[in-house]
Amino acid sequence: MSAARKLFVVIVTTAILLGLNWIFEYGVGDFQVNPYYARIINLIGINITLAVSLNLINGLAGQFSIGHAGFMAVGGYTATYVTVYFGRQLAALAGSTLAGAAGASLVMVLSLIAGALAAALAGLVVGIPSLRLKGDYLAIVTLGFGEIIRVVILNIPSVGGATGFTDAIPITNFFWIFAMAIMTIVIVRNIAVSTFGRALTAVRADEIAAEAMGVDTTRYKVLAFVISAGLAGVAGGLSGQLFANPLNPQNLNFVKSIEVIVMIVLGGIGSITGAVFGATTLTILPEALRTFDQQFPGLRMVLYALLLILLMIFRPQGLFGRRELGWSWLRLPGRRPAIDGGVR
Amino acid sequence: MDTFLQQLINGLSLGAIYALVALGYTMVYGVLRLINFAHGDVYMLGAFAGYFIANALKLDANPSVLWAILVTMGAMAVCAVVGILIERLAYRPVRHHSRLTSLITAIGVSLLLEYGGQVVFGATPRFFPQMVRSEIYSLGGVQITNQSLLIIVVSVVMMFGLHFIVHRTKIGKAMRATSFNLSVATLMGINTDFVIAFTFALGSALAAAAGVLVALAIPRIDPLMGLMTGLKAFVAAVLGGIGNIPGAMLGGMLIGLMETGLGATAYSTYRDAVAFGVLILILLVRPAGILGTAGPEKV
Amino acid sequence: MQHMKFVAFGRGGLVLASAFLLLITVACERKPGTGGAETTGDIVVGMYGSLTGDGASFGQSSREGTELAVEEINGAGGLLGGRKIKLLVEDDQSKPEEASNAVTKLVTQNKVVAVLGEVASRRSLAAAPVCQKYMVPMISPSSTNERVTQVGDYIFRVCFIDPFQGEVLAKFAYNDLKARKVAILKDIQQDYSVGLTDSVMKHFTALGGQVLDPVSYSTGDSDFKAVLTQVRSQKPDAVFVTGYYPEAAIIARQARELGMKMPLLGGDGWVGDALKNGREALNNSFISNHYSGDNPDPVVQNFVTAYRAKFSREPDAIAALAYDAVKVLADAITRTNSTDGPKLRDALSHADVPGVTGRLKINALRNVDKPAVIQEVTFVNGEVKFVYKTTINPN
Repeated sequence: MSAARKLFVVIVTTAILLGLNWIFEYGVGDFQVNPYYARIINLIGINITLAVSLNLINGLAGQFSIGHAGFMAVGGYTATYVTVYFGRQLAALAGSTLAGAAGASLVMVLSLIAGALAAALAGLVVGIPSLRLKGDYLAIVTLGFGEIIRVVILNIPSVGGATGFTDAIPITNFFWIFAMAIMTIVIVRNIAVSTFGRALTAVRADEIAAEAMGVDTTRYKVLAFVISAGLAGVAGGLSGQLFANPLNPQNLNFVKSIEVIVMIVLGGIGSITGAVFGATTLTILPEALRTFDQQFPGLRMVLYALLLILLMIFRPQGLFGRRELGWSWLRLPGRRPAIDGGVR
Repeated sequence: MDTFLQQLINGLSLGAIYALVALGYTMVYGVLRLINFAHGDVYMLGAFAGYFIANALKLDANPSVLWAILVTMGAMAVCAVVGILIERLAYRPVRHHSRLTSLITAIGVSLLLEYGGQVVFGATPRFFPQMVRSEIYSLGGVQITNQSLLIIVVSVVMMFGLHFIVHRTKIGKAMRATSFNLSVATLMGINTDFVIAFTFALGSALAAAAGVLVALAIPRIDPLMGLMTGLKAFVAAVLGGIGNIPGAMLGGMLIGLMETGLGATAYSTYRDAVAFGVLILILLVRPAGILGTAGPEKV
Repeated sequence: MQHMKFVAFGRGGLVLASAFLLLITVACERKPGTGGAETTGDIVVGMYGSLTGDGASFGQSSREGTELAVEEINGAGGLLGGRKIKLLVEDDQSKPEEASNAVTKLVTQNKVVAVLGEVASRRSLAAAPVCQKYMVPMISPSSTNERVTQVGDYIFRVCFIDPFQGEVLAKFAYNDLKARKVAILKDIQQDYSVGLTDSVMKHFTALGGQVLDPVSYSTGDSDFKAVLTQVRSQKPDAVFVTGYYPEAAIIARQARELGMKMPLLGGDGWVGDALKNGREALNNSFISNHYSGDNPDPVVQNFVTAYRAKFSREPDAIAALAYDAVKVLADAITRTNSTDGPKLRDALSHADVPGVTGRLKINALRNVDKPAVIQEVTFVNGEVKFVYKTTINPN
């Protein structure tokens, strides 16, 4: 694709997002977006970023990470910290304030960069030991890392401790959430279809064989961790600075990590479309089940656990398996090409 | 000196709890290569089973050692059945899928037990009846309760018992064979399904015993009590060498001592993180664990 | 690294994007009119709480207290000329993010006239901005962090705030127990405990006493011997345990098992059925409280009897506070003869209601000025009894 065409796509996308953002905040004529649904849509966007970024490690590289919430926490707290303690000065650099569009945008970008870098660093710290560990052990180490992060944050008063980072300034909006979600999808998709992605697929299939074939598994695994963590950090920064959504260490624990895992498992580990689908479904589902919840309190979570078990038993590959959404889905049955080998 | 000795006793008592739960973890992992996340929740079920049995027998009013033992055995029996059910219904169907799938299934079972427990038992903590009168023994400036002593003694006894079963009995031999290579063990005529079920039953029974003993010492029980304990017990098992029985004991004691040690310092708020910090360290330095044997990875 | 192909969205991406646009269109609705509140039909009131997750036991208590109050009011004929209160309860799974979701739904979808909740300050702090933004009054039954009511003029509470309780406890320890060196055990996972600890430290030091470095534990911990042994070695005159009753009971037991005989002190978080666990260890403990089940005042006794009859167990402080929150709301609705947001807010700021937990007079900061009592905790005949010791008034 030529440079001009790329630029065109980027501009059009940005314009569309800005337009939608306007609609979200101010409505159109007599219509507005229902605030409750708007909030859910925003949460979907953040979860998409989380799920797709996790897919890079768990899906493409086949490494088993259950500490994703830890990266989200590191990135989120760093980003929010930057805004809360340096926001005003930074906004002034743009000749604006935090309430103004220019100031808020600049601060948002800077805080997300800070969050992404911090989270990426954390990803490096976790990624390096991962070289020596496989499968279950790696899973437990990532779990442990996530828990350590949680305990450390709990003990830092300047970011709120157990009360949560309630000093956060709500500069997140629809535009940033979905701009970042789309960016994440593009990044991961590009990785997937590149040499990097092929290397990861090799590592996933059989690491020792890949090493024997000359693939630098070390480099690619660590890189996957770093990028994935950085993107999770962005999600964290967006989440913590969303209106009425303060970061809280108690809820950035391994249960949260598992929720993200369920998202990609539901959609199909290794499929970006699957991750998007899973994120969307699992954000909407708890909300949609609220009325059910009122009749049978607590049963909602029991059903959620059952769903997980049944999914693993009957359809472990999730909805999309490793496939992506494409026009081939619209072809008439009987003429579908065999993907991943064999007939389904 | 007093304080140091007291902390030592505290650490060993805490460690014995982790050790008891770790024994079950290590056994199941040894045979199936599965991290049974639900193990901590079986421990919780053991405590609740004991609670209901003890209340039915009205033991709070008539504490008695004999009945206490019966309650414990009752809880162990209940959880052995639960363990077998979990294995049969949730783990066996995914046994031949990828490790990731098994792990996620285990997580699912764990969540099911926790949330299910909250619905069935209610989330409010209950208090376990006093089946045995509490007594405090004092030696110099050091205090220890009879329950803590009981926990330490029982876990050591269990460890020896388990070791005996695994190394001196036929079923134990079958377990070891299955843990080396499942398919070959089947070829050799071992009923691996039975062996696996037996392993789960045994591990779950141990967890139940731990649950009842802990509930005796610290009478508060609630559906989420297995979460943290289970995780730390798993770390203990890995620390000592996963699949290794004395290792689980050693690991449990070490984690207990380290947590207590940290609790004694100014960094007590980081106690929860200790277990995980240790885990990461040990996996970097000696992944096989302290008593484990490092095996080469075959292709 | 090789140059990466720039793949834009491709076919799959377009499908996804269209799906999203559809989603957004579906989410649109007509802007709400500027008309006033509904004047007929049920009065819809929302409650959000942690009915599942690690805060479930408190969430369930507060729900029970709330339901009892609503039932009583409806049984007596409702409000505003026979209109019944319709209570909508939403679970937040003990997560602040979900609390905001729940409250956003209650306020914008269900159009509730007021919101009750939450127990934990961190969840109240997450959801309060939503109520403030949409001008719907929120009454928290038990969030004690100062900052909750600072979110805005639509946010109220009916419980003590941490700074007050801390002052009360510090004064009692210093003046009545003559303690000069104290230790504190705090639950690092509960904002209630952390806040109360800070307040106790501040006031005790101001009185001239010495506070040893606070020691932390976590909710759900069952073994405190390590930290208690350390505290024991420092020989304090009294030990504060600023967390909730499940842990307080066990801490008391383990402290006594270690031979620690000094008085233990706690806040209203100690009030709960499971405190029984502490047994004889609870003797020589004191708590600051507003609510006592033994209080012969008929308001209290009626509540306790009704609660016991409906739920088969003794109410705890959290249930009592939730009950009071409803009563305060009902009183405000009646006084202002309306369910309109701004009018309710004004009525609430002047509320003065005799509640189960004391006289609920809302002050300028939208908190209550009610005196705290110090009670001695005793374990007699298998029951926990709180014996009145002294009253300490707010300054």
